[in-house]
Amino acid sequence: MIEFAILILKIAIVIGAVLLHVAYVVYFERKVIGHMQSRLGPMRVGPHGLLQPIADGIKLFFKEDIIPAHADKPIFYIAPVLGVVAALSSFAVIPFWESFHIADINIGLLYILALSSVGSYSIILAGWASNSKYSFLGGLRSSAQVISYEIAMGLSLVGVMMLAGSANLRDIVAAQSGIPFILFQPIAFFVFLMAAIAETNRAPFDMPEAESELVAGYATEYSGMRFGLFFMAEYAGMFVMSAIASVCFLGGWSGPDFWLFAHVPKVVWLLLKIYAFIFFYFWIRATLPRYRYDQLMNLGWKFFIPLALANIVITALIKLAV
Amino acid sequence: MTLPQIFFAYFAVALTGLSLLVVTRRNPVHGVMWMLILFIHVAGLYLFLNAEFLAAIQIIVYAGAILVLYLFVVMLLNLKKIEKERKFQHIWIVGLLVSVAFLTLLIPLLGKFSVYPPPGEYSVERINSEGQIMTVGRVLYTKFLLPFEIASLILLVSIIGAVVLSKRKLN
Repeated sequence: MIEFAILILKIAIVIGAVLLHVAYVVYFERKVIGHMQSRLGPMRVGPHGLLQPIADGIKLFFKEDIIPAHADKPIFYIAPVLGVVAALSSFAVIPFWESFHIADINIGLLYILALSSVGSYSIILAGWASNSKYSFLGGLRSSAQVISYEIAMGLSLVGVMMLAGSANLRDIVAAQSGIPFILFQPIAFFVFLMAAIAETNRAPFDMPEAESELVAGYATEYSGMRFGLFFMAEYAGMFVMSAIASVCFLGGWSGPDFWLFAHVPKVVWLLLKIYAFIFFYFWIRATLPRYRYDQLMNLGWKFFIPLALANIVITALIKLAV
Repeated sequence: MTLPQIFFAYFAVALTGLSLLVVTRRNPVHGVMWMLILFIHVAGLYLFLNAEFLAAIQIIVYAGAILVLYLFVVMLLNLKKIEKERKFQHIWIVGLLVSVAFLTLLIPLLGKFSVYPPPGEYSVERINSEGQIMTVGRVLYTKFLLPFEIASLILLVSIIGAVVLSKRKLN
């Protein structure tokens, strides 16, 4: 019984921390992009706009919830919730430091891939249930994009699993003691990074919500907190992808253990790595223009998937030889 | 009832109920959604049987790939029109006949069904000590190599078939 209570407490802590981080990642993005474009970003609410996420949250909560005529109501209601649930449950297997994780399961990486595929339903269903052409096109684009890049992402992680000999995220971190996998698997790292951007529908692969073509894509008809949930799912998804990249390629919670660095809590190293990836997301958004849809598909199927397959073969050969 | 029995009873009832919901929905997208819940329950049943790898594959392959493609097709078809077409209205009779035939085939086998079959080469302890992914991989690439390769060949043929069919009208 006491174990159960501890587990519930752990889940509450992780969800609370993640939601807080998600709120401030939005602020971080606006600030970073603002400074990259020689603007200041949010400045009005609180010092340097620090209370902006709270103001946004309150605004979203009190906005009117509009449901379009002839929308499929049950699915319209479920779609955003599904996205948030899939993104948040992924945090269950991420090891934050040696002794803190909610579930230590042997199929950790596969679990995350499974949840990311469930999460893609949220966007497809939102597009269909809204009964609007923009939403529908956004949903279709997203489903094709996510299915295509999921293959590249899964294949890029195979190299990591081969090196670690396990799909358990704790084992993967343990296998990187000393040398992070990014040095052994640079190709897989590159493919994963690009596939992660496409999976979370972020620029330059944000065709599902390309505002110049599709208003806001799958989220066009959503308003108030339901729209807020999509926002939350997207940023939580970015957070999950960054956490996986940190755990699989940069050694997770491990950091330098000499001098003063040895006294830094391990979770700080993980968070630093995660935020480095999140900064990379913003940086790429501020730098690159949006891809065309056929370019995106060509890139995924003719470049990333063969590259990831070649990486598996090379890794297997080297592993056999050594 | 013990806890495992309660779990199994839940899965048995839920799986049957959900399958019925899948085939009785008028709106095919709702049918697909119930099927998603059905697949998640199947994965839960696998987890309950200690087959965690199979559970993950169930979600990744069935829910993540196959069902999304179903959803794609179902959303693009004009189903209101198809519902009115004659040849799709009486198809259930064929389905009923086929399922009754299968059921009669199953009845003689019911007597041979045993809850505790004789243990095979792979005990739970052995699989857990080796790791499930490794066990499945080893068996697939040694003992069942030929069936595995045949399956991959069939898949390759269907991929080539799809490419040929869709590219014929181009040029």
